[in-house]
Amino acid sequence: MAIKEIPTEEYYLPGSAACPGCPATMALRIVFKAIGKKMIMIVPACCTAVIESLHPNTSFNIPTMNIAFEAAAAGASGVEAALRKQGKDDITVVAWAGDGGTYDIGIQALSGALERNTNFIYICYNNQIYSNTGIQRSGATPKYAAWTTTTVGGKTEYRKEMGEIIQAHHIPYAAQACISYPEDLYKKIKKAKEIKGPKYIEIMAPCPPGWRFGMEKTVEMGTLSVETGAWALYEYENDEIKFNGISKLLLEEKINPKPIEDWIKFQGRFRHLFIPKKDVKKLKEIQDHTNLIWKRYRKCYL
Amino acid sequence: MNNVMIDTGNYIAAKAAVMTQPDVVAAYPITPQTTLVEGIAKYHETGEFKGEYICVESEHSAMAACIGASATGVRTFTGTSSHGLLLMHEMLHWAALARLPVIMCNINRVVGPGWNIWADENDSISQRDTGWIQFYCSSNQEIFDTIIQSFKLGEHEKVSLPVMINYNAFILSHTSMPVHIPTQKEINDFLPKRKPLWNLDINNPITFGNIILPPEYEKVRKEMQESQENAKKLIKEISKEWKNKFGRYHGDLLELYECEDAEYILLSMGAIGAESKVAINNLRKKGLKIGLARVRTFRPFPKEEILKISKNSDLIVIDRNISIGMEGALFSEIKASLYGKSDSKVYGFISGLGGKDVTFQDIEKMCEKVINGKANDLEWYGLEGV
Amino acid sequence: MKKYNVKTTISYPMKGATGKTGNWRVFRPILNKEKCVKCLRCWIFCPEATVIRKDDDSIDIDYDYCKGCGICANVCKIKAITMKREGIEK
Repeated sequence: MAIKEIPTEEYYLPGSAACPGCPATMALRIVFKAIGKKMIMIVPACCTAVIESLHPNTSFNIPTMNIAFEAAAAGASGVEAALRKQGKDDITVVAWAGDGGTYDIGIQALSGALERNTNFIYICYNNQIYSNTGIQRSGATPKYAAWTTTTVGGKTEYRKEMGEIIQAHHIPYAAQACISYPEDLYKKIKKAKEIKGPKYIEIMAPCPPGWRFGMEKTVEMGTLSVETGAWALYEYENDEIKFNGISKLLLEEKINPKPIEDWIKFQGRFRHLFIPKKDVKKLKEIQDHTNLIWKRYRKCYL
Repeated sequence: MNNVMIDTGNYIAAKAAVMTQPDVVAAYPITPQTTLVEGIAKYHETGEFKGEYICVESEHSAMAACIGASATGVRTFTGTSSHGLLLMHEMLHWAALARLPVIMCNINRVVGPGWNIWADENDSISQRDTGWIQFYCSSNQEIFDTIIQSFKLGEHEKVSLPVMINYNAFILSHTSMPVHIPTQKEINDFLPKRKPLWNLDINNPITFGNIILPPEYEKVRKEMQESQENAKKLIKEISKEWKNKFGRYHGDLLELYECEDAEYILLSMGAIGAESKVAINNLRKKGLKIGLARVRTFRPFPKEEILKISKNSDLIVIDRNISIGMEGALFSEIKASLYGKSDSKVYGFISGLGGKDVTFQDIEKMCEKVINGKANDLEWYGLEGV
Repeated sequence: MKKYNVKTTISYPMKGATGKTGNWRVFRPILNKEKCVKCLRCWIFCPEATVIRKDDDSIDIDYDYCKGCGICANVCKIKAITMKREGIEK
């Protein structure tokens, strides 16, 4: 599909409290366009709670309920059950949470809601960090990325593969997308909207202040995350995985991935791997780990 | 005229909850609440309960799901106990601040460690400041009646706050008693459909719960306080209406028993409250002028009513809880209610913690200790080996 | 818009809920309408919804709220948008 086919309607209102260059609002615009006004959104503690702007005003033209950090999927379960009881089956319930609220504190409620076959879309906008609290490590933060409570060496552990945890729930639809591919994201949300049962979509959302890159580079950082294989675009449907876009070409080895260094060199969170002296060993370790993940992807999904 | 059901407190609570026709119930099992949710599940299976039943994966999620459901404008119910209630703590605040009338039974149980499933009120007492209305029941009939009344109270536009109906583990939750059950029509006539003060609505896309600045937040708190004050008046009206319709009355904020000429008034809550009546009868037989004021609502706290009964009486308080570092919570609240306005003496006992039995003989002994001038301001009653 | 009569944190949608965020801008996106090929990349990637898509797919910029992040200029493949420092030149 072409960008032109994406509807003009906006349910995100300009002049919010989001940082300039924010990937979350970029993604929200697409989500709102794909689902339309017949949706109710549940938001746990995350940047979006700030983006909404100050009471008594809001920047969202969609009914939105804020809920506690770990409770997005549970709150959405309640909304969904109540709508079903009222016969309002045409309303899409969306939980919209960050990676902290998904990978870490919210994973229990999320897993429960998926297991209960809750008819909703859970969307995780993943900026690989607790941005809202001032950039602390999360389960989604990649190895060696620095955060505000770290030593200079950065995180000492690899990130979780949330997508694979989700697949273990055998839900009807899950997908990974990225803000840099809006048509792909739009299509995935649209598809999820039409499927009954639990749907999970995770959106790679490079965060300028969190990753320490220039605010004009959000889209570029997203594209590079896919081109280097740091992030994969795929759909999971009826227990089958289909990689798509550039990720498909990478999986099938029709193109070579860009070196991971091409992505991380623009990010201040990896600055200590380049200054004062390039840390070749650690860069190689990151590259090897990425290669290993793709090797496993090929074994499992090709 | 009425149907009589002989069953345990939990099954009676399940019956009451189902008869209010809630749209959504979300619950997680915990001893001694389990038979309550099993009861509701059974009614769900038979079709007597027509709402949605969500078997969540934790109490935190149970309350979060009730909040989500309630925010769409429907009627919600849940039940928990002890550690379950404590896990909900964050969401208890959330429900109250959101002004959502989630109705919940809490079966008062000891907080661990070590593991202990008997009666103790520290679980709900420690949720005192969440904004929830708290009832404490002393019989299965009172559990039934209070649940129905709580929906009317909590959902009332002048209140719009969640309500917690507390009753003691096993002493009530697992003890069978005969209970009069009104007809579904009688309950429907008594309990109107919920009219929410706000709700999530695609035709009115508000955002609930975003960032709020101090001056506005303070106003939210003040209106919650005013709503609890409104509840005081409404609890009286609703109890009276219930009495007129069904001929049963368990008191309103307080239940007064033999208080008219009393020189001493005993104050207690929950199951100890019921046992206290037996003690009062026996003490009266001995010629002692003593009455009972059973505290039914811990929030809103009946401070005016307690001040009133203190005019000619000294007060004896039994707490099945303790605010460590201070004293029994009921004892503290009662003294605060009298401060500067009454010369009555107030004596406090801590008794029955960890689910230890508090019998009418125990209660008589506590009262006699006070009347004989042998009690200190704060006593631990029946502490073994001390 | 129905207003609810209850004091809790209920907020109503409005443009500029955080004020005229155009004040945040350091660099101003300038569009060269002659060059624009109406690909709409700037429109879809604008995080603030301040690139306005018109009926003929030409675009306008809402300077009242544009925060000046520069994404539109960066994603424009034919460089029809350039960023100019505010206050120096129009």
